[in-house]
Amino acid sequence: MSLLQVKNLATYFFTPAGVVRAVDGISYDLEEGEIMGLVGESGSGKSVSALSIMRLVPEPPGRIVAGEVIFQGKDLLRLSGEEMRLIRGRAIGMIFQEPSTFLNPVLTIGRQITEAMELHLGLDRKASRARAIELLERVGIPDGESRLSDYPHQFSGGQRQRIMIAGALSCRPKLLLADEPTTALDVTIQAQILELIKDLSREFGISVILITHNLGIVARYADRVNVMYGGEIVESAAAPEIYRKPWHPYTVGLLEAVPRVDRQVEGELRTIEGQPADLRGEKTGCTFRPRCSYAVARCAIERPPLQEITVHHASACWESERVGKVVRGEA
Amino acid sequence: METGRSVLLDVRNLKMHYPVTRGVVFERRKGEVKAVENVSLTIDRGEVLGLVGETGSGKTTVGRCILRLEQPTAGEIYFDERNLLALEGRELRKIRKQMQVVFQDPYSSLDPRMSIGNIVGELLVVHKEISNKKQYRERVAELFSAVGLDPGLFDRYPHELSGGQRQRVGIARALAPRPSFIVCDEPVSALDVSIQAQILNLLMKLKKQYALTYLFIAHDLAVVKHMSDRTAVMYLGRIMEMAPKKELYENPLHPYTQALLAAVPIPDPVLEAKRERTPLKGEIPSPMHPPSGCVFHTRCPMAIEECKRVVPDLRDLGNGRSVACIRV
Amino acid sequence: MQETLFEGPELVRVAMAARSTGYWAQVWRRFRRHHLAIASLYFLLALIVSVAVVPQFLPYEYDQVSLQERFLPPSWRHPFGTDELGRDVFTRALHGGRVSLAVGFSVALSSMLLGAIAGCATGYIGGAADNLMMRVVDIAQSLPRIAVLLVLSKVFGGGMFNLIMVLVLLEWTDVARLARGVVLGIKVQPYVDAARAGGVSGMRILGRHLLPNSMAPLIVSATLDAGRAIRAETTLSFLGLGIPPPLSSWGNLLTNASAYYFTAPLLVFIPGLFIFATLLSFNLLGDGLRDAMDPRLAEGK
Repeated sequence: MSLLQVKNLATYFFTPAGVVRAVDGISYDLEEGEIMGLVGESGSGKSVSALSIMRLVPEPPGRIVAGEVIFQGKDLLRLSGEEMRLIRGRAIGMIFQEPSTFLNPVLTIGRQITEAMELHLGLDRKASRARAIELLERVGIPDGESRLSDYPHQFSGGQRQRIMIAGALSCRPKLLLADEPTTALDVTIQAQILELIKDLSREFGISVILITHNLGIVARYADRVNVMYGGEIVESAAAPEIYRKPWHPYTVGLLEAVPRVDRQVEGELRTIEGQPADLRGEKTGCTFRPRCSYAVARCAIERPPLQEITVHHASACWESERVGKVVRGEA
Repeated sequence: METGRSVLLDVRNLKMHYPVTRGVVFERRKGEVKAVENVSLTIDRGEVLGLVGETGSGKTTVGRCILRLEQPTAGEIYFDERNLLALEGRELRKIRKQMQVVFQDPYSSLDPRMSIGNIVGELLVVHKEISNKKQYRERVAELFSAVGLDPGLFDRYPHELSGGQRQRVGIARALAPRPSFIVCDEPVSALDVSIQAQILNLLMKLKKQYALTYLFIAHDLAVVKHMSDRTAVMYLGRIMEMAPKKELYENPLHPYTQALLAAVPIPDPVLEAKRERTPLKGEIPSPMHPPSGCVFHTRCPMAIEECKRVVPDLRDLGNGRSVACIRV
Repeated sequence: MQETLFEGPELVRVAMAARSTGYWAQVWRRFRRHHLAIASLYFLLALIVSVAVVPQFLPYEYDQVSLQERFLPPSWRHPFGTDELGRDVFTRALHGGRVSLAVGFSVALSSMLLGAIAGCATGYIGGAADNLMMRVVDIAQSLPRIAVLLVLSKVFGGGMFNLIMVLVLLEWTDVARLARGVVLGIKVQPYVDAARAGGVSGMRILGRHLLPNSMAPLIVSATLDAGRAIRAETTLSFLGLGIPPPLSSWGNLLTNASAYYFTAPLLVFIPGLFIFATLLSFNLLGDGLRDAMDPRLAEGK
């Protein structure tokens, strides 16, 4: 059985300006030890979906309105607050984009790493400290012994991210949610952090949901990729498949719009016209239609479901086959 | 060798050190942030020079010095053969019409209290480019159209627009005084991928349409590659390598350039699987305490003893290429 | 509602806001949701109109003495009764309101103007001027307020104008410090850099960019200052300085009435109530304004 099964998850925000359908019915499976890339731009709902899994969505104004999140056989959305608290930080860890905002500046990093261990694993101070030093070593911060008593501001951005990873892994979670973990970091540091995450995943069999807007990162590190747009998953496939044989117009558009270091695009980049989707209001038909150059009449009326086009490769588009052929013909 | 080259911007030995002080009533010098150290570069008319680097590289500071938003500690800057650092008052204001800027953050780069029409039109008024209200509105409408905005949005406020639209406003503002040179300081870093492509295309279109010259500063190597004719790579305040775009990306000579390119993931898993993937070790040193000799030696896979002592010059290798490394 | 504007490769979709929203329109809309603040605003407006207009229609003068009618309880002829000299308390309260409110607003506005200009200018210029200003502010704030108030009052003498001047002298440094702090934050914003790079003069940057963007916290501070000024006036009157009789202010009404607290408590309550209600209103107004003008909310993302 899969480690994580998300089924028709929907999270809405009820604001004075209207109901924002941040996540509008997404489903996917995640196997043990798998690294899944969740790709999307701002407003796609990728971050909110991760917060929904952790049940960290601010309520009000947000609320998980539908769906199931089955983790190790149990539906997380049906658990009590107390039970969920035991899962967070222990079975599921999460790291965020800005390590500075999630590390308490007035506590030593030692305290922050050992806190979760003492709470969840019942370790005493000595044992948790020893483990913390081990973890710091593993994430690339030497002299753990002396550094445990340092404060976050005494570390660089990359180091703080490593500390956050150490903290997230301290209780040996089965699942790690990484929300834009390297967006705020320099390119050379980014590479270090991502390699670390990948190594740790392989070594300890940790599944990772890697949330990012960077297609390159996902290509390098993910096994599977889910592309999100307007609160929905629009395409889902193994990483090589998505890049070589995309079926959904949005994925196609993204791949064409991104400049690459290994290619030279003469003249203009192929853009996706228009603005990101407005998540308020009723949706009729396909959310991407206003920006889609392959749209037909049906797209305005019926919302396309995520359906399999080829084996383990699904796309939410009525014209998937045509789109794929056109792109292949050109490629 | 070089026929008819017209150098628009000539920067020589630029140095920018920021003092770090302690104390409230009496300030004591604690140290210096050596943001830019001995940077020299030229930009030809109609060229796009890409300036790429990570945190602490000094690339933004170079841009700010050129725009005279900072007073450099040392060095010379010649714009259109005029000594930029020697100008003051009215002369400086006149030259400022020629050099404009587009900033990174579409949220904080526009005055939230002003309508976007007035934001774009401010420089028209300041430099007396128009003589009456009708002309003002017309010119602003022209600028809006040029960047793909509906002129009817004149009375809107920045918070009512999306990130991409705000960035277009910033570009329109830069175009208002009819400049010949624009410093683009991370103009697309804060935008979504799909909007990024729109703005990059817009910048290229405007460059051709108005015969502009760009200094394009960014940390995203792929974006810089797309936009620039020549690219300079900076690290801790110094230029490590400078070359025409094709040469730099296909055959990087400096170990830092090589490491930087290797660290950029390519959106293609099959290609990725074949690439060399050992990331560069270590952290980026603080610009307050740069390493001795070649500043890159602490992380350089090719470093030898001498690298700790000798500061390499940016050597001209011909064909527009220069490298600052004793091992190349 | 969304509409596409152009065809072709440079298609830009405009998200039309439901209502055109200038900054102040937005502020007003947010402000309207604070019921207490709105109530306070209406109360203050009503008060201002009353003290300005109503006394014209009253049959009594504020200094109309009538020794036969001393300490009368409230009646139709004297809604608040009469005081120790037979003067109509209602009339005197309204006249007192004129003075007290005038003092409050004058002090608030003057210190805001003075402090804003001083703080913004030196904050923007920086360097020695800024250092000097900060030292002045430090010294001013280290002095014991009440003592200084007393000394200055004695030195300059009584009268409304002098009172206002003394209060402004004390208040403006607070505003200056506040303004300077705000300006320091704005000064480094990219839109200011863009203006500098565009060749916009320092004066114009100050006037067009810095001052308008620093108004919000200053306005909030001004509403609170108004309340404080009225309170200060009350204190001074109590100490024998402040507005001289027979001119009435709430402060000296309170002072005069305190001698008769046990015999005619109403004389104390009336001005006291006015002061309390006004101060409370200014505070609630200030709170509401502060929330409404919060720049984070103004970014609309």
